[in-house]
Amino acid sequence: MSADTDTTNDNTPHSAHDAEGETRRDFMQLLASAFGVIGGALAAWPLINSLNPAKDTLALATVEVDISGIPKGEAKTIMWQGKPVFVRHRTEEEIKMAEAVEVQSLTDKQSDKERVQRPEWLITVGVCTHLGCVPVGQKMTDTRGDYGGWFCPCHGSHYDTSGRIRKGPAPKNLAIPPYEFINDTTIRIG
Amino acid sequence: MGHGPRDGFDNPIIEWVDSRLPIFTMMQKEYGVFPTPRNFNWFWNFGAIAMFMLITMIVTGIVLAMHYTADTKLAFDSVERITRDVNGGWLLRNLHMNGASFFFIAVYIHMFRGIYYGSYKGPRELLWILGVVIFLLMMATAFIGYVLPWGQMSLWGATVITNLFSAIPFVGEEYIMPLLLGGFSIDNATLTRFFALHYLLPFVIFAVVFLHIWALHVTGSNNPLGIEPKGPQDTLPFHPYYTMKDFFGMIVFMILYAWFVFYAPDALGHPDNYIPANPLVTPPHIVPEWYFLPFYAILRAITFNFNLFMLAGLGLLAVFMVEFIWRYKPKYLSGAQGILLLVAGGGLAVFGLLADFNQTWAIPMTASTDVPISAKFGGVLAMFGSIGLLVVLPWLDSHPIRSARFRPLFRVAVLVFTLSVFVLGYAGSQPSDKVYLSACLGDAQACEAIEHGNADHIEAGHEPTVLALDNTMIAQAFTALYFSFFLIILPLLSRFEKGRELPTSIHEAVLAKKQKAGA
Ligand code: HEM
Ligand code: FES
Repeated sequence: MSADTDTTNDNTPHSAHDAEGETRRDFMQLLASAFGVIGGALAAWPLINSLNPAKDTLALATVEVDISGIPKGEAKTIMWQGKPVFVRHRTEEEIKMAEAVEVQSLTDKQSDKERVQRPEWLITVGVCTHLGCVPVGQKMTDTRGDYGGWFCPCHGSHYDTSGRIRKGPAPKNLAIPPYEFINDTTIRIG
Repeated sequence: MGHGPRDGFDNPIIEWVDSRLPIFTMMQKEYGVFPTPRNFNWFWNFGAIAMFMLITMIVTGIVLAMHYTADTKLAFDSVERITRDVNGGWLLRNLHMNGASFFFIAVYIHMFRGIYYGSYKGPRELLWILGVVIFLLMMATAFIGYVLPWGQMSLWGATVITNLFSAIPFVGEEYIMPLLLGGFSIDNATLTRFFALHYLLPFVIFAVVFLHIWALHVTGSNNPLGIEPKGPQDTLPFHPYYTMKDFFGMIVFMILYAWFVFYAPDALGHPDNYIPANPLVTPPHIVPEWYFLPFYAILRAITFNFNLFMLAGLGLLAVFMVEFIWRYKPKYLSGAQGILLLVAGGGLAVFGLLADFNQTWAIPMTASTDVPISAKFGGVLAMFGSIGLLVVLPWLDSHPIRSARFRPLFRVAVLVFTLSVFVLGYAGSQPSDKVYLSACLGDAQACEAIEHGNADHIEAGHEPTVLALDNTMIAQAFTALYFSFFLIILPLLSRFEKGRELPTSIHEAVLAKKQKAGA
């Protein structure tokens, strides 16, 4: 911006009339900038929104699972929304252990009843609530941690037979996905 | 830029261009005759070396991108194909893979130089802050790049790090995570956007580097004495003195880099990344690339929640810090009030911490489901905070002397700080529950049983107390040291350190040194 002699651009008020003009101009500038910001945000929104999960990704949001072949004490891993879901066929002993725990003593206070629809089937998202590793403990021969459920090898979280956090850095219990029993041997997750 | 008077060039073509776009005049001014302090040591080579590494990364990256496929089904194989089948592809990949490490080596040394010689102090604050921005962008770029080969570490490293965002209260899990990942887990949508960003970010870095150098050429360089040049006797023209010195340093650096590329290309990487990504199996021990380890250690050091008691306590301690440590003289509070603050703040913080460790006490508002800042989010804040402190460093250290050469106490503090960054790096590479030292107090028989792994056989009532120093504690101690360097030690030193007498000018100091060496 060199020696521009256009007096309408001059910012120093010379007279009352000019000063009045300045405030109006200031207001116009403010208004224009505000519209610019709003317009920019509106224009950016579709770009940002396109990064949200696409329709086909969302469409993969339900799966049906045949659970008849899972022996007692073992669990099956199913992919749901790109995440593992554990379907565990609990033994009587495991159910008893899960129900016997005093809820008040837990980090994330949930009773076993709140976490299952049918006691012998525990269905949880197999993602550690700490930083997202997959805990081990699907097979009876796996390390299942101090509470007989799952053990997350990443930073050492121990889950019990209800998938509740008992020890280690994870803040919450393993999540329960939405699911329903279609019949005795089939569930729909999602 | 480039509006000043021109001297003109003899070559008619150069002159024709330069009279229309004075780019040659600018180059001549900024890189030819540019007055540069005459007393640089080798630490001043690393800016040029970092620039060389950035260009290397961009050039090898663009060619790699011509052979790479960003699709979860094909990515791993396309990278294997690059190393096995593409002509010289192994070389390109090794250059890019190790180039990231050497880029970080150069930048870390460059940053150490800045701290040791006080280059961040006025008038170079913005220059320093632009450097921190470059560092952050580099970390983002390298993290995203490591996901591209789609091995086990790619997937699980990315899972752990993106999960950090789920810790953001209210919006993290429900809105930010899906937006970041494009789905419910790290999957194809994530890989494709990461590739696009990995291509973009280096050019953003390039742009910020341009601003960084522009700012440098406004203030001029700092130097090992930390005093400003006073005239032509204190400086040398950049060319040929420093072009040659930079070139020589670059060659030495390149020899080291080439040694890794040709003889130990996987030494700095993790073998698990040669296993294709598997979303159902987590590797037993997830570690990030070496250049992230200190920050990873800080992240993992926060194993406790911040409940309201702790936050209130820390708030009071912060008031104490600002009033009695940062200010030269307390402005609002008396000494007695300060002691009260210290006791009340410390007491509340310790009480909150104990309440967090002993959940069985069931103190209201301390259960991990109703704390304002969970351990996970606390870790994230600490990690970003550790870099954020670099941004405000010029204001935390307000001592008038720049160079550590003339500040003996600051010098020790910086060296201890550097050491603590190395220790944090080591801690970041080890499993959290690794035990370094342990002592067993109590029943000797029981202790022996524990040592032999038969803890089950100990009789009730005879359980000994086991004291153990584990990796988490190391990380916590050195995280505390890292933060106190910035928040406590530097402000205190700014206030109390006397410092040595500064030389009157650069050339006098240089000549005095020469004379001493000659005598
Ligand atoms: C700031 C500069 C850059 C840094 C720090 C960086 C870092 C990385 C890292 C750490 C990897 C993983 C290497 C491995 O384990 O295989 C990688 C891979 C990759 N990068 Fe970059 N990069 C940079 C610039 C670029 C640019 C400019 C491009 C393209 C224009 C690019 C394209 C790629 C491609 C295609 C891969 C996957 C192939 C492979 O894994 O070797 N990079 N990058
Ligand atoms: S991710 Fe499971 S303990 Fe950290």
